[in-house]
Amino acid sequence: MKNLLIAVAYIILAPIIGGLLSGFDRVLTARMQGRKGPSPLQPFYDVKKLFSKELFVVNHMQGVLIISHLVLVVLTGIMLYQGHGLLLTFFVSATAAMFFVLAGGSTDSPYPALGTQREMLQMMCAEPIELLTAVGLYMFCGSFSAKDVISSGSPAIVALPGVFIAFIFVLAIKMRKSPFDLSTSHHAHQELVKGITTEMTASYLAIVEVAEWYENVFLLSVVALFFIGSGATGIVWGVLAALVVWFLEILVDNTSARISWQNTFKLSWLVTLILSGLNLLVLNLLNAGGIF
Amino acid sequence: MVIFAICFPFVAGAVIARAEKSSKMQSNLVLYSALLEILAGLALAVVFFAGGSKDIDLFLETRIIDIIMILGELFLMGLISFMAWKHKKFFVIPLTVIPTLAISWLELFATPKMNLIETSHIHVDRLSVLMVLIVVIVGGLINIYATGYMKGYHHHHPEIKDRTNFFLPLLMVFLGAMSGLVLSASLIWLCFFWEVTSTISFLLIGYTQTKEAETNSFRAIWMNLLGGMAIVAAVFISVYKCGTYDLFKMLGSDPAAIQFILALLGFAALTKSAQMPFSGWLIGAMCAPTPSSALLHSATMVKAGIYLLIRLAPAMSGTVAGKMVAYVGGFTFLVASMLAISSTDAKKVLAYSTVSNLGLMTACCGIGTMETVFGAIMLMIFHAVSKSMLFQAVGAVENSLGSREIGDWNGLIKRLPKLAVVIIIGILGMYTAPFGMLISKYVAFQAFVDSGSIILVLLVAFGSATTMFYWTKFLATVFSMRVRKPVEDRTLKGEYISLYIHAALVILICALLAVVVNRIVDPMEDAMFATDFTMLTTKDFGIMVCLLIFTFAIPFIAYFLTKNLPEKRVKAYMAGVNTGDGNEFIDAFGNPKDIEINNWYMEGWFGEKVLNKPSYWASSAFIVVMLIIAAIGGTVL
Repeated sequence: MKNLLIAVAYIILAPIIGGLLSGFDRVLTARMQGRKGPSPLQPFYDVKKLFSKELFVVNHMQGVLIISHLVLVVLTGIMLYQGHGLLLTFFVSATAAMFFVLAGGSTDSPYPALGTQREMLQMMCAEPIELLTAVGLYMFCGSFSAKDVISSGSPAIVALPGVFIAFIFVLAIKMRKSPFDLSTSHHAHQELVKGITTEMTASYLAIVEVAEWYENVFLLSVVALFFIGSGATGIVWGVLAALVVWFLEILVDNTSARISWQNTFKLSWLVTLILSGLNLLVLNLLNAGGIF
Repeated sequence: MVIFAICFPFVAGAVIARAEKSSKMQSNLVLYSALLEILAGLALAVVFFAGGSKDIDLFLETRIIDIIMILGELFLMGLISFMAWKHKKFFVIPLTVIPTLAISWLELFATPKMNLIETSHIHVDRLSVLMVLIVVIVGGLINIYATGYMKGYHHHHPEIKDRTNFFLPLLMVFLGAMSGLVLSASLIWLCFFWEVTSTISFLLIGYTQTKEAETNSFRAIWMNLLGGMAIVAAVFISVYKCGTYDLFKMLGSDPAAIQFILALLGFAALTKSAQMPFSGWLIGAMCAPTPSSALLHSATMVKAGIYLLIRLAPAMSGTVAGKMVAYVGGFTFLVASMLAISSTDAKKVLAYSTVSNLGLMTACCGIGTMETVFGAIMLMIFHAVSKSMLFQAVGAVENSLGSREIGDWNGLIKRLPKLAVVIIIGILGMYTAPFGMLISKYVAFQAFVDSGSIILVLLVAFGSATTMFYWTKFLATVFSMRVRKPVEDRTLKGEYISLYIHAALVILICALLAVVVNRIVDPMEDAMFATDFTMLTTKDFGIMVCLLIFTFAIPFIAYFLTKNLPEKRVKAYMAGVNTGDGNEFIDAFGNPKDIEINNWYMEGWFGEKVLNKPSYWASSAFIVVMLIIAAIGGTVL
């Protein structure tokens, strides 16, 4: 029963929070660029409008794949909040990303095709640190469940600073922020038109947008997980940390130029390998596990 | 039943060899023999389970069979030596002569004088019955598929001599040898069947008699012979140190004493399962006709190594041998999946993905806890069925399309819909949440952390990312759609029968996952680790089963949701320069030009030229060091 309530609450609340975050993102971005920017509710108006537009479709299959993507993205969030294993949650998240790639590639149209290939690369950049985050939290509290991470007493960041830095580094890739907005960009200067979403129109594009809200909430929740300690103040710290990280991503987004896929790949793997690899090794030594 | 399962393929092979090439008679003979063999395997399983799943030991006194086997081994030795002589590959000769003579001597002259523990030669238990089922069902289906495929093959390749009266019997004999291998309790018998499979694969790879085939077949044989040599060495140590050549009794003796035996057997398994640095032979095997590569890969050859590792796993856990196997496996998992990204040839992608998957199984076995062995067994079951189906589907697509370059496969779902669906089921069965590979990755992560092997954790984390990349790439290519000329589906009925049965098997295993786990894998584990083990009670595992149903259901529901949505069909966006039927655009000179979308291979990063050498050296050096440590008998690590 409790699990059902959590699921319903997540399904309703997550897009509201995600949409608002997206709205304030646009306001902040505008202010950083010396503009006034739209109302914070603008993303909701956009989505509403998209649903009323005529649907242009290149390949009917695309809709099926996009809806599957949305369902799995929602599922990852629910799994996190219900306290299922983080590792499994990230596996499902990867499957969700796969459906998005299939949707992008299904049209066999040149711009999305390039965007799709880059999206796959970005998945490959992000996957290791996602899995290692789960592993790190497991080493920290002996369980893959978010519940146990929270009830462990001290915030996980104490034990996992390297993993955390690597995670927020790769977060920019997952949130499609510059300098890693290769597959598709929120800004109107993508060389690939709209990248992977070029052939997605009307309600299909709206679904993609909503899925992104869910995904951002999920990712920021993982960020919060690093900081959540015990009690009510612990949760406040977690939320604050998530907001700070969110602000940082917007700041970087507006102050950096897009880099090539080669550098994206090199940087993300190196950062993951060095920071989280060393972090986990040290943690393992402290747990008296040895290196080999 | 056991005798029938092992010996029948040898007899059937002899009969098939006499039938006329590519004749109706030949096809029928293969079909009925394969069906008989499948029935024999099923009957064995039924008898075994009906009898309360008790372990059965057979053949206590076997002097005459032993002598026949020695003659067989000497014959194989002669055959390989002759071939090596003929093709001037002299270095192969000592690899076959030394171990064969040594083991013949041991059996004929040394053991009768020694006072060895009474041993059985055949041991039937849950694991061996499962292996027999995999071998006869998947292998039998490949035999049936082969009859149709070889006709298409020779139609496409008129330059290659039709030697099906040599090829098909070998496939059949292979089934017998594999069944023998997994049922043997005697290491000497195991060694014999091991050599038979090596030799057959050597002959199958050399089928086309081209220069490439020759090189590859000799690469396969020397690597496999090296493994065979390690087994012979293990037999010697076992006989002299533990006083037995029974695999199970050996495993039961003093853990410190069997250190080196474990390392040697582990080494043999690494060669058979094509782990780094021995991955070359499996990739080379791709030049052979598809049934042989499918058979070599999925059903039999490589699983022989995994089978042996699963047997050894409980004893290997925490030892030098275990570490060696685990790290080589983890390393192979990562490197092979990178190489799969850079491969343009669909068959090669499958080959590398096989190596990579085997790496994960190997790593799981090397750690050797209950959870990881569970993961290895599950992955093995999924892999056997999915991969052999994929290989057959790729072969069938190649026969119809005339190309197996992934780049040419765009829009397969429109052009060859039936085969495309089979491929999609196969790929999903291989890697998406929550199927086979995920279960083993999941348990692997936990066990690796628990055993403190952070480097293995890193290897598997990065390997998962690269695995995701090549499969998603493959799937996206199959899924992409454009209006194209339809292609004539040349796939024959025999091939479709095999493909559909495979597809049904994949879905059935998924649907009956809980049953497979509760009835087959859990009890196997109980016996192996002598404890009560239930994976299904683990909370996350229940979720996985739910997910399984969910992932299947979502696309269907989504399909019905979008079915009646009013939509306007449009051409793909090409900055307004589309022309023709949507496949062309106006180029800079004002002429229509066909668009072509290529795949992404990242050769500069993950190509064979970049990765092969360093990884061969690294893994060879590592194996040598670990073998030396095991030989000294140190428990340094």
